[in-house]
Amino acid sequence: MTTARDLADALPILIPAAGGLWVLVVVSLLGDRHLRAPALHALGILALSGAAALAALARGPRGAIFEGAVLLDAQALAFHLIFLMIAGLTVLASIDLLRLAGAGHGEFYALILFAVFGMTMMAGSENLLTLFLGLEVLSISLYVLAGFTRDRVYSVEGALKYFLLGAFSTGFVLYGIALFYGATGRIDLRGIASHLSAARGGSPDPLIVAGAALLLIGLGFKVAAVPFHFWAPDVYQGSMGQVAGFMATGTKAAAFAALLRVLTVGLGEESIRDQWVGLLSVIAILTMIVGNVLALAQQNIKRMLAYSSIANAGYLLVAVVAGGRAGNGTATVLFYLAAYAFMTVGAFAVAALLGSAGEEDEGYSLPAFAGLSRRRPYLAAAMAIFMLSLTGIPPTGGFMGKFYIFKSAVDAGLYGLAAVGLLASVVGAFYYLRVVVQMYLREPAGDAPPLLVGRAEALAILIAALGTLWIGLFPSSLITFAQQLGP
Amino acid sequence: MGWYQAHILTIVTFLPLAGALALVAAPKGKPKLIMQAATWIALLDFLLSVPLFFWYDAGRGGFQFLERASWIPSIGVQYYVGIDGISLLLLLLTTFLGVIAILSSWSAITERVKEYYVFMLVLQTGMLGVFISLDFFLFYVFWEAMLVPMYFLIGIWGGPRKLYAAIKFFLYTLLGSVLMLLGILAIYFYYPKASGGPPTFDITEFIRVLGPLTDPEWLEMQKWVFLAFFVGFAIKVPMFPFHTWLPDAHVEAPTAGSVILAGVLLKMGTYGFVRFSLPLLPRATIHYLPWMLALCVVGILYGALVAMVQKDWKKLVAYSSVSHLGFCMLGVFALNQAGLKGGILQMVNHGLSTGALFLLVGLIYERRHTRMISEFGGLSKQMPVYATLFMIITMSSIGLPLLNGFIGEFTILVGAFTIPPVYGFLLPGLGFLGGKFWAVCAVFGIVLGAAYMLWLYQRTMFGKLDNPENAKLKDLNLREVMTLAPIVACCFWIGIYPQPFFSVLEKPVADLAQRLEAAEGGADLARGAALPRARGADVAAAPAVAAQAVAAPAAGGASAP
Repeated sequence: MTTARDLADALPILIPAAGGLWVLVVVSLLGDRHLRAPALHALGILALSGAAALAALARGPRGAIFEGAVLLDAQALAFHLIFLMIAGLTVLASIDLLRLAGAGHGEFYALILFAVFGMTMMAGSENLLTLFLGLEVLSISLYVLAGFTRDRVYSVEGALKYFLLGAFSTGFVLYGIALFYGATGRIDLRGIASHLSAARGGSPDPLIVAGAALLLIGLGFKVAAVPFHFWAPDVYQGSMGQVAGFMATGTKAAAFAALLRVLTVGLGEESIRDQWVGLLSVIAILTMIVGNVLALAQQNIKRMLAYSSIANAGYLLVAVVAGGRAGNGTATVLFYLAAYAFMTVGAFAVAALLGSAGEEDEGYSLPAFAGLSRRRPYLAAAMAIFMLSLTGIPPTGGFMGKFYIFKSAVDAGLYGLAAVGLLASVVGAFYYLRVVVQMYLREPAGDAPPLLVGRAEALAILIAALGTLWIGLFPSSLITFAQQLGP
Repeated sequence: MGWYQAHILTIVTFLPLAGALALVAAPKGKPKLIMQAATWIALLDFLLSVPLFFWYDAGRGGFQFLERASWIPSIGVQYYVGIDGISLLLLLLTTFLGVIAILSSWSAITERVKEYYVFMLVLQTGMLGVFISLDFFLFYVFWEAMLVPMYFLIGIWGGPRKLYAAIKFFLYTLLGSVLMLLGILAIYFYYPKASGGPPTFDITEFIRVLGPLTDPEWLEMQKWVFLAFFVGFAIKVPMFPFHTWLPDAHVEAPTAGSVILAGVLLKMGTYGFVRFSLPLLPRATIHYLPWMLALCVVGILYGALVAMVQKDWKKLVAYSSVSHLGFCMLGVFALNQAGLKGGILQMVNHGLSTGALFLLVGLIYERRHTRMISEFGGLSKQMPVYATLFMIITMSSIGLPLLNGFIGEFTILVGAFTIPPVYGFLLPGLGFLGGKFWAVCAVFGIVLGAAYMLWLYQRTMFGKLDNPENAKLKDLNLREVMTLAPIVACCFWIGIYPQPFFSVLEKPVADLAQRLEAAEGGADLARGAALPRARGADVAAAPAVAAQAVAAPAAGGASAP
């Protein structure tokens, strides 16, 4: 029975869902001339949802609601806060740029809100069907967002690619769920886990292994892990910079949240855990190496950041694997995602600013950054912070996050994995520094288009930069918070 | 005063950073004001650091001026700083060279002045932080953070191949430090197992608990951790064969950058060995000792030979650094008191004399915009003050008595000479020579050093002034003399009366040598059974020789004038 109490407890996710509809109403009433109003509404809704989530955290979250279909425990709410932060920064960074990008439609903000709803559904469920619903809501919002600038060829190409491959991957997920159901008769993760532990001793049911593999493939696609990463560079290049940032951080975070639940709650049983730990170790190594090495060759900042996001998925997989061994995966993943969200959303926001100033894709090329430190010193400084943070240089959030991940890997005895990750991140230094080289070491081109920085974008970038430094300098409270969430 | 004494390290370390932040807000159009402000900040920082030398209680030893605050309690990271005699000398060297480097940039840096001084000051904080950190995590943060300003200094204000040099410097060092991080983490997770205490990054705790530990698992792990640290530190030193970034970075960096690079940055590597590898991993150090000694000596000879054939003045000085740092490391890996003292003092000496050599090259480059040795000749007639200062620094660099280089090199050789035979040699049959072999090789390095430096002096300063370009050269002005004079004064001071420097080193070095001896005493590291006896004889002899070594130069210095 759905009770009023359920509805009240579900407020953190109901607010963005209902808010998305509300923004649609606002847009249809005001038309496309007033882009600020829906954006401000969206920001208000995000803030409201954040307040509800914080209140729930302060009260001590109840956990399962709607008879277990949704599980808004502390972990889900913590992920929810990260999603809200990403969405808020994305909205801020696109208020003025949306029209410049030739896509001045307020529905943009409604889609962002729906996507947040989908993300939290993925993070907040121990029920595979709810997870699938969340995945679909998120994906469909993103297919539209990827093609939002529909006049551009790249955009259409990227959106179509994303849609086709995305449909495939959700198919994999659904098939995986069906196999789980067939093998165990359950679609909730705890039920699957109890079935697995009841059958302890013998080797795991092949149906379950196959189902787990399919589920991993589907989620691996969403986090852009090698070898399921091919879509990312094309889709990011086609999307607006802000949307690419939203996908690189939000989608990834949501998929990792779901992955953690599936692996730790559903497949935590020893016999099957050893199998996915081994498999994910290989994927993590491949992802870190391929992401970092291919990023070296990129001339387009969005493609470079796409490969960087692939590499970062690899680091996060290290955390997941270490968590599988030592049992502290969630805290590590959450902490890294918080740091990663700030720096990546920030980097994409800066890229979007430059991109909107140039013709077609020229603004997204590396030379567009030439001499930025002379033209816009503060913007260049912020971008330098994001790049150094992505490289993993202290005192930035990126360093703390990487440190935390490799610390957990060493703790779990995974010296080899940690060594590969650290060396791969040295490769990363090379391409991140190329942006810094352009900004600080090259002269600005004489015919560089004028660069206007609106207040909203500036605020978004400032928040992202301060957040990156804050996590780097004072990570203590965040680490403690993440550790309290349990294993 | 009491409050100041309690927080002196924090104040000295973060003053440059605060100054840099203030400079960011300064108006861009007034380069002169910014130069002066930066110089005053650096000078103030140096003056604030001087009391450390007097307040440091050499008789008590150990880490002093401790400050401890919680930073990331959940993983045991603290803001924990303090210095002993070793870090004291390097800290003073850093603040001292900081002023000189900034003063020397006044006329050399004309573009993007504000950014330049901001980066210089940030760099200063990073380097000072490395020397005062007693928390491994904190140390690593400073160690890495320092890369960024140096990268910009080389990359923006460097020579023609600055981009290549800057990225090479950055990647090399980063590669070394991530491996070092792995080593740090391994220790971090082993410590609670060994001590039963809570996890921490406290270096003094690590040394206290893990240094003497003889658990077989730890002994095996030591070897790996030593290698991880070795890569990190050896790249920074740089030890042969990890030195290839150095000539590029040195040659392309602006003068002040080279001064800081040679004067302080390289010392961070040697400091790392002394502070971490030796006391924390004594058995692994002994295990790898023959290899380390061989690399030191190869570095000394190789650096000197390559320096000999350089056509570029600055590159010659850069390769001479490789050779001199080999000396420092030879002293450190002698693992006895004389060697350690000499090695550490030689770090300071090298900072002074090579820093000054880079300044001198920079002064010429500013005037002539070339560094090709063949372009010069007969400058002593045109620039007598310059030639005099250059002569003094050359003598300091090649180790003439009365000047600082001699004291350092002599003490190192005494230390190397007393390395016991068993640890001395890789080739079979010649093992009986032991440390004498390394000492003899190193002496060849000194001879080569004298050769390339004097030859350089002869080619540039003496002979006919036949290049008309050089006939227009102006001698040094007051500011330029002011940058060099303090260094020359220090060279004489250390050369004539090194006792104050040795006395602050006394306790920490004695403590370190004792730890190493204790480790050797119980060592069964694949060296054979004959080892302890042979070693015992030498151990008895070593302190006596070491005492002589310290006494001799001091006495010689006192009587010579």
